[in-house]
Amino acid sequence: MARTSARSATKATAVPDFDAVVHQRVRLGILSALAAGGATSFTDLKTVLSLTDGNLSVHARKLEDAGYIAVKKRFADRIPLTEFELTAAGRAAFDRYLDDMEAVIRTARG
Amino acid sequence: MPADRPALRRSEPAVAPDAAAHASLRFIRDTMARTAAFTAVPGWGGIAMGATALVAATVAGRQPTVTAWLTVWTAEALVGVTIGAITMAVKARGHAVPLLSGQGRKFLLGLLPAVFAGAALTLAIYGAEVGLAGDTYARQGLTASLSLRLLPAMWLMLYGAGVASAGMFSVRLIPAMGALFLLAGALALLAPAAWGTAFLAAGFGGLHVVFGALIARHHGG
Repeated sequence: MARTSARSATKATAVPDFDAVVHQRVRLGILSALAAGGATSFTDLKTVLSLTDGNLSVHARKLEDAGYIAVKKRFADRIPLTEFELTAAGRAAFDRYLDDMEAVIRTARG
Repeated sequence: MPADRPALRRSEPAVAPDAAAHASLRFIRDTMARTAAFTAVPGWGGIAMGATALVAATVAGRQPTVTAWLTVWTAEALVGVTIGAITMAVKARGHAVPLLSGQGRKFLLGLLPAVFAGAALTLAIYGAEVGLAGDTYARQGLTASLSLRLLPAMWLMLYGAGVASAGMFSVRLIPAMGALFLLAGALALLAPAAWGTAFLAAGFGGLHVVFGALIARHHGG
């Protein structure tokens, strides 16, 4: 993964290379929502993040490909149900992203 | 800068990187708060359950025997479960989600162990007290009953514990309601047995109505 820890970023550039998978508004929203709510259904997530089906599907697929979320499909009340859950790698990536942001703030403050 | 990308980018160093980082953290915090504000618990169902509990308390308070008193509350529990299930299904349908998806499933799974424990302990206490002898304690006055001494506090505390843990991933109102049920149960344990029905009215009636109204108003019905 092409990313550099914010801790090693110089003060001159101030902005480290973020994890490209996480550093995107919709995907960051998905990870934030799953971090707060645990396993969440497609419909709940779509409602919380105000996304279209297509938009959520595309970005969820990228997170799944990166191994950051797990997707479970099953039936509930005879209705197909897709559920997302943060994986350990996803939790770690989310935590690293938060660390990077805090590092940027610390660096900028000197 | 594309709108879908957080403000902070290496290729376009911001004038104030810390401000951009703050914006990203704010976005994360807001999203997490919004997720937590989403609940499958039906507020209108809570109001209805509270109303029936108040009626049940009035009726139960007039019963001459432990068995009759317990029968009223057992019936009320069944009515409450039915109301809860129906209004939860209605709310889920309103949001176009299956009843047992995401938040709804988490809430039910979190609540069920406490409900099961409550039912089992109720049978144990009632059975130990009344047993084959029938309503012997009624002759000594209902307030002398072990069931009346223990069951209201136990029901309130177990329900509170179940709601508090089931509501961990829900809006703050849910665990707050659970905590107040726990408090009501603890107070009922310390209070005279004669106040048991009043505590049940205050808890299953009053708290359900108040919190149901708040949930209905602020969290989607």
